[in-house]
Amino acid sequence: MKKFINRPEDLEVEVARGMALAKPGLIRQLPGTNIMVRRNLKKDRVALVFGCGSGHEPAPNGFVGYGMLDAAIPGKIFSSPTPDMILKGIKEVQNEAGVLCLIVNYTGDVLNFRMAMEMAQMEGIALESVLIADDVATQKNKSVGRRGLAGVVLIMKIAGAEAEMGTDLYGVKKVAEWAAAGLRTVGVACRPCIIPADGSPSFELGEQEMEIGMGLHGEPGVLRCGMMSAKDTAKEMLDLILLDCNYEKSEVVVLINGLGGTPIMELYVLNEFIHDYLAEHGIRVYDTMVGNFMTSMEMGGFSISLMRLDPHLKALYDAAADTSVFKR
Amino acid sequence: MTGKEFMLASLKAISQEIIAHEEELNRLDNAIGDGDHGTNMARFCRIILQDLPELAEQEDMGKILQHVGMRCITEIGGSAGPLFGKFYLQAAMANMGNSCMEVANWVVSFEEGTMGVSQIGRSVEGEKTMLDALFPADRAMQEALEEGRSFQDILLAGAEAAQKGVEYTKTIQASKGRAAYLGMRSIGHQDPGATTIMLMLQAMHRLAVEMQAE
Repeated sequence: MKKFINRPEDLEVEVARGMALAKPGLIRQLPGTNIMVRRNLKKDRVALVFGCGSGHEPAPNGFVGYGMLDAAIPGKIFSSPTPDMILKGIKEVQNEAGVLCLIVNYTGDVLNFRMAMEMAQMEGIALESVLIADDVATQKNKSVGRRGLAGVVLIMKIAGAEAEMGTDLYGVKKVAEWAAAGLRTVGVACRPCIIPADGSPSFELGEQEMEIGMGLHGEPGVLRCGMMSAKDTAKEMLDLILLDCNYEKSEVVVLINGLGGTPIMELYVLNEFIHDYLAEHGIRVYDTMVGNFMTSMEMGGFSISLMRLDPHLKALYDAAADTSVFKR
Repeated sequence: MTGKEFMLASLKAISQEIIAHEEELNRLDNAIGDGDHGTNMARFCRIILQDLPELAEQEDMGKILQHVGMRCITEIGGSAGPLFGKFYLQAAMANMGNSCMEVANWVVSFEEGTMGVSQIGRSVEGEKTMLDALFPADRAMQEALEEGRSFQDILLAGAEAAQKGVEYTKTIQASKGRAAYLGMRSIGHQDPGATTIMLMLQAMHRLAVEMQAE
């Protein structure tokens, strides 16, 4: 294992401290934890909270700040934050307008957030949640539903902007759900990441193989095959999205998200094809985000997300934001 | 068998039982999950063993169960944390202020805990989860209680029903949890969460028999 870390058991808290030290005017770390909260807390606006495993940096902590998250609660590497930590984050940022929790649809995340929200409700805090289940490689009709992927970053932007406008809790939830209804993501992986605790790869994949539809933690995808060109890979992936959701004549935001081990250069090579292919299908691209937003450490691969825009969502997407990673 | 001694002894027996099966639980979880159920449960159990002297100072049975529930939540992690946490916290609520637990209290607490797991998991029997051990064990213990059988026999009925439930999980497809993504491929594998419930009941039964013999 070649990683620039200290002791694996200190990793999560050290990451948080490092991030907080980089943007001291913007965010602060709750002492002894990896919870990140924004400075200048809202007083009468809905607070937006998101948590997921560590190892997805810059998510979730990099999106704390004006116009996006009020608190981010990372768990241990690839593991949901526990209810006591989620509750701590919620209590730190809650106000009378209430708290909206964004949850990526993994059983662990859902259960831990549900438990934390029950505990917070017992303390009189008003809460709602929105489940992000954007992965088209998983089936909609299963009782567990689809997994959540990088599309949550776009929902943070939308919900965060709506909350800044002073919309009430129910209203922010509805807008986030509306945006999520028009959101689809598909991922691909070509190299595992290395789990810091024991140096083991997160999954096995042949030297010349890739897997379309693989989850952020190496969950099985829909197609394991030999490495393909950027064009063929992107076409295969976009077809999965377009088969699932009709974006024709729509205006969309495209998010091309690197998993950490794929050079940004390749993401732009992919975008070249993605742009042309969407145009061919009568889909207008309003804006494209290219970069590493929700990673899996050094995993090789990327995901493509499309989010449908309407005039209101477009205004929210364009609204000001000031976080470590995303500024507008 | 109704006082704090049995409560503390059963927490000890359950913890030791799960620690002894750490590898087996990991192996079961590896087949259909992420392979750390044994590690996570054993870590929690080691902390409970450390907590026992402190818990011995506590007179309120509800508070003891609440402490265990909070430890589940903070120490287990993953899906099992809130699920086992909910089990103990619901059981705790049924016993707040009580300095002892009669046989009927134990059975009612188990039922409360089972309902709590079902509620937080939005799940029922037949989805290849710990509920496939909890529900049958709950029914068997209720029945044995109504028949006026001894505590030992009630726990035996619960342990046997849980074991049947564990066997049943091998025959069904998972529709909840990470194993659900495997679809048909989850058939043939035994659910680790249900196995843990079975181990807990077996440990409690053995303890009750031993304490009676003394």
